[in-house]
Parts: sequence; C-alpha cells; structure tokens
Amino acid sequence: MKAIYKRELKSYFQSMIGYAFIAFMMVFVGIYFTAYNLNMGYPYFSYVLSSTLFIFMIAVPVLTMKSFAEERKSKTDQLLLTAPVSVTGIVLGKFLAMITVFAIPVALSSVYPLVIKMQGTAYLKVDYAAILVYFAIGCVYIAIGMFLSSLTESQIIAAVSTFAVLLAFNMWSGLLGFLPDGTVGTWLKNFLGKLDFASLLSSLIDNSLLDISGLMLCISLVFLFVFLTIQTIQKRRWS
Amino acid sequence: MIEVRNLVKKYGSHLAVDNLSFTVEQGQIYGFLGPNGAGKSTTMNIMTGYIGATSGEVLINGHDILKEPELAKQSIGYLPELPPLYTDMTVMEYLKFVAELKKIPKKEIENAVAEVIEMVQLEDVKTRLIKNLSKGYKQRVGLAQAIIDFPEIIILDEPMVGLDPKQIIEIRELIRKLAENHTVILSSHILAEVREICDYIMIISKGKLVASDTPENLEKLLDKTETITLEVEDEGDVVEQVLVSMEKDMSWEIKKSGEGIVVVVIKTQEEDLRKELSRALALADCQLLTLKRETASLEDIFLELTDSNAPDEIEVEADYTHEEDYEDEEEIEDESDL
Repeated sequence: MKAIYKRELKSYFQSMIGYAFIAFMMVFVGIYFTAYNLNMGYPYFSYVLSSTLFIFMIAVPVLTMKSFAEERKSKTDQLLLTAPVSVTGIVLGKFLAMITVFAIPVALSSVYPLVIKMQGTAYLKVDYAAILVYFAIGCVYIAIGMFLSSLTESQIIAAVSTFAVLLAFNMWSGLLGFLPDGTVGTWLKNFLGKLDFASLLSSLIDNSLLDISGLMLCISLVFLFVFLTIQTIQKRRWS
Repeated sequence: MIEVRNLVKKYGSHLAVDNLSFTVEQGQIYGFLGPNGAGKSTTMNIMTGYIGATSGEVLINGHDILKEPELAKQSIGYLPELPPLYTDMTVMEYLKFVAELKKIPKKEIENAVAEVIEMVQLEDVKTRLIKNLSKGYKQRVGLAQAIIDFPEIIILDEPMVGLDPKQIIEIRELIRKLAENHTVILSSHILAEVREICDYIMIISKGKLVASDTPENLEKLLDKTETITLEVEDEGDVVEQVLVSMEKDMSWEIKKSGEGIVVVVIKTQEEDLRKELSRALALADCQLLTLKRETASLEDIFLELTDSNAPDEIEVEADYTHEEDYEDEEEIEDESDL
C-alpha cells in the first residue's frame, strides 16, 4: 500500500494534475476570501467555504478521473493485481494519495482565519470546524469519483459521470423540493435530505453547531465508496 | 511448483480455456505454444491471479491463487503481453517502485535494481522516461520488472515480441540463465522460438491442452513415417530391383531427373534405412549421389494438432468482437505477425 501511495502522490506532481488542482482550489478560495472577508469585512471564513463548495464539481473529477480508469486502459493494473498486494491495499493507497493532494489546499486555506484574526475579531472555532466539514465533504466526493473511475476505462466517462453526480449533490435541496408532500414524500425528503452536504456547512454557519451525525455520515460514505471500489475491482476479474 | 487443475474460463458463451490441467516442475523452461486466440494469455492471466477462472484451481507452491493470493503471488514474476509500464516514470523510478511493491526490503532495493538493470542491459536508458523508449527497451523494462525480486516462477507472455534479432538472442540467453535457478514459463505462437529454448512444450489449441512433452518426444509422438530421398545414377530399373530385393516395409516412387539420373522418394515406418540402402546400391553397382532423411518436424505436429479445428477457429474469432480483452489481444498479436 505504501509503495502505491508514494507512486500515486508522486505522479500527481510529476504531471500537471496535482498542481492544477491545488492552484484551481486556491484561486477560487482566494477570490471569495478577498470578496467576502477582505472587501466586505465578514469575520467568518466559513462563508467562503460554503460558497466555494461548487468548485468541487470541477476540481474533484480532475483529481479522480484517472485513478483507476487509466490503469485499466494502459493495463498497468496487471502489475498491481499480480503483485503481492491486496486489492484493499491498492484502493486505499490510491485514495489516500488523492486525499493527501486535496489536504494541501485545505491546509493552505487554514491560514485565512488567522489572517482575519490579525485584522480584528475572528471566530476560529467555527472556522476550523467548517474547514473540517469542508475536508470531509471533499473526501466523500473523492471517494465517489474514485468509485466511478473504477467502473470504466475511459477517463472522460469517469470525469463526466463524477461531474454529474456532484452537480446533483450541488442542487440537492432544490431537487428535493420537487418531491410531493404526504407521508412518503416527507419521509423521503427527510431521508434524502441527510445527503445535502451543503446544509452541513450552512447549519454550522447559522447555528455555530457542528453536526456530528453529518460528519459521521461523511465518514461512513467514504468507507462505503472505498468498499464499493474494492468490490468493483474484485468483480472485474470474474467477468 | 505449479499445479493447474481443470481450469475453465468462459467469456459469455465463448469458452476461452477448456478444462486445462497440467503441472509445472522446478528448474525447467516451459513453453506455451498455440495459434492466436488459443487461450495462452488467458491461462497465464489466471495463473498469476489477474483474472479469476470460471472453475478449476491454480496452486502455486501449494497456495491457492485465490484463497491465499498474497502468498501465492510472492513467488511469481509476470510479464504480461503488454508490459505494464507507468510511462511517466523513468526506468529507475519504475523499477524502484516495483521493488517496493514486491516487498523487497528497503536496504536491498538499490542493489536489486542495479542488478536487474545490468542483467537486462538497461544501463544506457535508466534515467530516461519510459514513454520515450523504443518497443524493445520497453519490453526489457517489462522483463526487468518480472524478475526483479528473483521469484521462483517467472511467467512471460510473448517475451520476444518487438525485439530485434540481436535482442532476441540476448533475451534468450537471459532466460536460459534464469532457468538455472528459476522455473520459466513462456508463451509464443512462434514455434522456432519455443523449440529453441524450452525444455518442455505445451501445445494449446482452442483452450485445450492438445500435447505436452519435450520437443524431442513430440517429434517422435505422432508421425513415425520417415522420408528418404535418393539421387542415383541409373535409368530406374536397377534401383527398382534393388529396392524390391531389400524386402523392407516401404513404398517408393521413382522419377527421372536428368540424363541417366533418377530421384527416388522412399516412405517407410522402419528405423533408419540409409546404411542398408547405400550398401545395397553399391553392391548393385549403382552410383549414389544424394541420400537424405527427413523425419516429421515439430511444425507438422503443431499444424496437425491445431489445424484440425480450423472451421471452428473462424467462428471463435468472430465471437471475440464481443470481448474487449480479446479484441486487444487479437490486435497485438496481429501487429506482431506483421
């Protein structure tokens, strides 16, 4: 697993993808930070994070699309699958490498609340809790992207399908609005409403309450999609 | 070493590997021989745990490849048909990664990489990106990858494809050297190549093992008929008398091939008749000009074993279009045929 993790991480920075991903994230977070916190003077960095959730739609597919699709296309998965490494090790190595790349812009963003603090009052606890939630949501999206990449050998299909899923999540509360009222409809709304990741951040902003159950949901989803990815790769050998 | 029992692999309704069983012993070079699409690559992919079999089992040193994959895979080095190379890495980086992947202890990685680079002669290109290498070098990097931890069993799928004649000789030498301490299994659809280096040949056709033996035994196996060709200074009648008087189990054909010279083609089941023939002709005062003996070659056996199913083969190939894996395989093999 360690060997795969190291190789993956290195390959993100040997190609443009790693840098492009980080630069893209930083540019957008920076723009929103300038607009909200510096120009308009809001003391909350969490606003910036909540408003920049949409950039995951572009950034995450870029990061995840090649993870398994490319290996399968170029048949390098033959090396991994015939080496004395478990499939779980392969998947975790790749997933952790992507998480590491994603952690870099998140870590860099952690400086912003301190910048706010230098200028006056800051709400560090809320801001850092927001950064944690933001990171968790990103991890869920990356796990989904990785899973979709394992389903296909085309990077483009992997990217587009990931984009579509993330777009749906982005419009989640709007989509739920279409559900009819009534017992089943309300129940469905409540159930599916849990997947409204944006509300995790907005509830943090509105009430200054960290939704632990939401955070647990994120962690569970990460496990679920990592598990599904492992199963997809195992299954592929039998078809 | 390796035990394969009743291996079956189905792709939909198409049977790629049909009830294949064999065992592989230590320290020999085995050759999988078969026409394109015979199931060689599929069998190798199953043996190395890349794909699962529909039924049957593969035991590597007593470890089932599916139940104890990590233990079983530890003793295998595999060079697939298309070398699994990360083209954005340099040769050194790649081999270090593979060494780490194959759990070579950290301290020994440097040495192992240096040793393997020397063995397959990658010294000149070791700092270059793999994507910029020629096909032959890529093939060598693939080979290096398979033997880097000196596994007990080395499985090579078409190792000579894309190499120039000089490289083929070098790789052949290397494989022979490896076989001193390792078991090598290689596949090919080129007969001469297999005969040249293998101690043992397994001929596969349509997923079935149709013959498996040493090259010499295989040659003896089927057709015992020998063909002896003579060129004699004679009008034909004397030779005829001599042959009749020898009273051997043989049939012959006499043809005139010039002024006072005849060519005689003799077919016989008996052991080498050349001595008796030359003596008998000398006694009859016939001048013997040529005497040539031919036995059934490995080629004939190969063709006979694999060709009898020719009409089915066409059908099978049509099926391949439904199978992605097979499409690739076909393409690659076609290229190599060119």
